[in-house]
Amino acid sequence: MARVVGGIGTSHIPAIGLAMARKQVADPYWKPFFDAYLPVRDWLSEVRPTVAVVIYNDHGLNFFLDKMPAFAIGAAPDYRNADEGWGLPTLRPFPGDAAFSWHLIEQLSAADFDLTTCQEMLVDHGFVVPMQLLWPQADSWPVRVIPIHVNTVQHPLPSPARCLRFGETLGRALESWDQDERVIVLGTGGLSHQLDGRRAGFINKPFDLYCLEKIVHEPEVLARHTIRELVTLAGTQGPELIQWLIMRGALGPDVRQLQRNYHVPISNTGSGLLLLEKAA
Amino acid sequence: MNTQVSPQVPWGTTIFDGRAARRGYALNKMCFSFNHAVNRAEFLRDEDAYCQKYGLNDAQRAAVRSRDVLAMIESGGNIYYLAKLAGIFGLGVQDVGAQQTGLTVDEFRAKLLAAGV
Repeated sequence: MARVVGGIGTSHIPAIGLAMARKQVADPYWKPFFDAYLPVRDWLSEVRPTVAVVIYNDHGLNFFLDKMPAFAIGAAPDYRNADEGWGLPTLRPFPGDAAFSWHLIEQLSAADFDLTTCQEMLVDHGFVVPMQLLWPQADSWPVRVIPIHVNTVQHPLPSPARCLRFGETLGRALESWDQDERVIVLGTGGLSHQLDGRRAGFINKPFDLYCLEKIVHEPEVLARHTIRELVTLAGTQGPELIQWLIMRGALGPDVRQLQRNYHVPISNTGSGLLLLEKAA
Repeated sequence: MNTQVSPQVPWGTTIFDGRAARRGYALNKMCFSFNHAVNRAEFLRDEDAYCQKYGLNDAQRAAVRSRDVLAMIESGGNIYYLAKLAGIFGLGVQDVGAQQTGLTVDEFRAKLLAAGV
């Protein structure tokens, strides 16, 4: 049977991908940020996951505002990255696992989570930057992937409470798959940032640290917030926290924190990193 | 920490909801087209003709012409799509942040750094 072995919360800021492309990871500005990923990579090489479920939001590569699903899941044999318009190099394709995707679609649907299913899906920086951060040296991706997109672009967005429940349901669906897989779940984006408006540049370090603390053992405390409150507390892009809540929900109640880091600012963002191992 | 906040939208903030999405559809659709290099090149050859092709209204065309990000947001632009327009001119989110806050890019960066203290 498939087992969820752990979850990782990570930023997905394009500037990270650009810094890697420009070989700036050892620069003083970037080094503390990238160094925090070293223990995560060690853990990955020890645990050797076979499948990564990546929770992210598309920023206008695969989805436009003509059709904007609240939740969408990839069910493709592979996923291509593509030009987003501002110069991030395009990465090689990611192998999928369509049979596993369809199992999740059926299980989630049976539990009243109806997803938009995508047999073709371009994946943008929200997906590829975390993958690159976790496996920077890989000649070929060591995991098959299942992308799950969450709408954080056009309000109304799915509520934090619903996302936590979605994650819990996803975790059960993953562990009901009859193949022998080791699964990790990535919750990407966040933490506080605001790109738009006169309030641009808003970062709330105390709230970010509070989120990193609470999500480990009391995610339901964070899930009580409304999206509107998250905008006030964490900026217009701060609601990306819901993607971390899905990741956290998928791990079940008992987790061990193996790594936590907070770095501010990365680009315009308070950047969080969390590695949680699911308790056996 | 106290996480009780007012339900009001904070100052200097626009919620990109259905009203904004309807108002900004043409502008955002044009910016979405900039995922393709051939469209970026066509825009650069004749900006206003390209805006017209996508049916931007006068306010949106003026905002694009003057590179005024706050005016683009006011006319329904969404920052993720506007970032693709900014990218054509080699501008990143810190340049865009500086413009919206009336700061120089260095001042805007200093403000971000101060958030970490």
